[in-house]
Amino acid sequence: MQEIRFHGRGGQGTVLASISLAKAFFEAGWEVQTFPLFGVERRGAPVEAYLRIAHEKIYLRSGVYTPDHIVVMDAKLIGAIDVTRGLKPGGWILVNSAVQPHIDVTAGDFRLAWVDATSVAVAHRLGTRTHPIINTAVLGAFARTFGMPDLAHIETAIRQEVPVKKEENVAAAHAAYDQVHFLRGEEA
Amino acid sequence: MRQVLEGSHAISEAVRLAKVQVVAGYPITPQTHIIEAISQYCADGSLKARFIPVESEHSSMAAVVGAAATGVRTFTATSSHGLALMHEMLHWASAARLPIVMGEVNRALGPGWNIWTDQSDSLSQRDTGWIQLYCEDAQDALDTTLIAFRLAETVNLPAMVVIDAFYVSHTFEPVDVPDQETVDRFLPPLAPRFRIDVDHPQALYPMVGPAFFMEMRRSIQEGMEAAGPAFDAIAGEFESVFGRRYSAVETVGCEDADLVLVTTGSVTSTARIIIARQREQGKRVGLCKIKQFRPFPAEVIRAVLGPVPRIAVIDRNVSFGSGGIFAREIQSALCPLEKRPAVYSYIAGLGGRDITPETITEVLRLAEETPMPAAESGWVGLNPDVKP
Repeated sequence: MQEIRFHGRGGQGTVLASISLAKAFFEAGWEVQTFPLFGVERRGAPVEAYLRIAHEKIYLRSGVYTPDHIVVMDAKLIGAIDVTRGLKPGGWILVNSAVQPHIDVTAGDFRLAWVDATSVAVAHRLGTRTHPIINTAVLGAFARTFGMPDLAHIETAIRQEVPVKKEENVAAAHAAYDQVHFLRGEEA
Repeated sequence: MRQVLEGSHAISEAVRLAKVQVVAGYPITPQTHIIEAISQYCADGSLKARFIPVESEHSSMAAVVGAAATGVRTFTATSSHGLALMHEMLHWASAARLPIVMGEVNRALGPGWNIWTDQSDSLSQRDTGWIQLYCEDAQDALDTTLIAFRLAETVNLPAMVVIDAFYVSHTFEPVDVPDQETVDRFLPPLAPRFRIDVDHPQALYPMVGPAFFMEMRRSIQEGMEAAGPAFDAIAGEFESVFGRRYSAVETVGCEDADLVLVTTGSVTSTARIIIARQREQGKRVGLCKIKQFRPFPAEVIRAVLGPVPRIAVIDRNVSFGSGGIFAREIQSALCPLEKRPAVYSYIAGLGGRDITPETITEVLRLAEETPMPAAESGWVGLNPDVKP
């Protein structure tokens, strides 16, 4: 079983990203479980969502405390909250950022990748310039970073989940897939 | 077809498949998603039901009571303070023998405002004459909702389908959603034995004096007693149609166990992992999931837990001045036995505090290492630094 924690801000589509990713993994034959941080969500406030994937039925029904990987939807969260808390050594950190994010990877031999999902979303006219909807771009970057699930399954999930601008969202996922940067050039 | 669904929506899907005719509802976290999806089905025509938005939960229960009296299939859902506000009408629903089904998402009551899971809301309604069925995951929730309609309509008593807040209600996971034809085979349209009918006027719910009242109450008790065997029969039919087995009490490895852990709701899932792990290590531990709280399956409890030396019960609830409610019910069920197991009662996870694999391991360790159970329930996972 692998556990992935998403960090974002209320209104960014963090929970929806986790749900869409769960559906993409499910399409790809995985067992999945996803849930938001159990609490009160407010626009702009830090939010978390969790995803478990496994090859067998998932019985664990308890919080995610030691994720295998993390996804940070907003680079400004780094430092404001401890995004790497509990992250297992060797885990991936995928960040939505235009530049290499300031994050200490030596603490746990973490692997770092980043993508400018905000620019991708703006270029595909998703949301507005001041409030772009970045989650589908992040999904594309996720598929590239982790080498799974297939971009085809991400596409299916986006078409199922996203109510409007389906093709633009799919295109954003493809574009972000091609624009992921890796620290030290390492890929999954 | 298997699809990724939220636990709340698993109940909403079951309501759609059950072709419910009248739904009333009032939003309350963490229940809102159930009613929200159903109101969408009513709006888009995928469920041909009358949706009645109301101004309070007392009214939503009153609305389904009125609707059910006309002989139609009804549903509502609530949580916590909403359920507490319904209390008066819950008695009405059972005493009027109306087969209403309600989704109940376990949430604590304030103050100490808290939206998280805690069984104190549904268990406070223990004596209202409602059947209570607790679910472990989203599949269990969907299937139990379908079973609940059959059961309620068989014994003419209302039924509550209970899920944990967030751990089930807001968790997405694969759920096998059956097709309409299969559900129709299992759940035929409601054929009410009595109903308000303008062509055949009659008086319902009159004043009943001491000369008749006890017999009416006895009849509710008999209905509850019939609900136990009826659940088994309906669950058997459910298995033959859908291939999934549900029991009032489910056991794993209890036959040879020195210690059995008793759980309800979503804690059961996590406990399955711990029990399987400890059995692999050669420990003789078992698991007992209580699904049906009302009617309490005392006879089954005596049969499966009677021969076990030690029982540890996790209660995500507390009856102040008494203890863990499931533990107390189990102790009372075991009382007629000459040789009784030692029952260890533990309270954990109140107000949504996470019951982790470590919590469950701790409960098993405590029960193993304590020679004689205390009369009082033990509280597991208290933070000594927090002083109220």
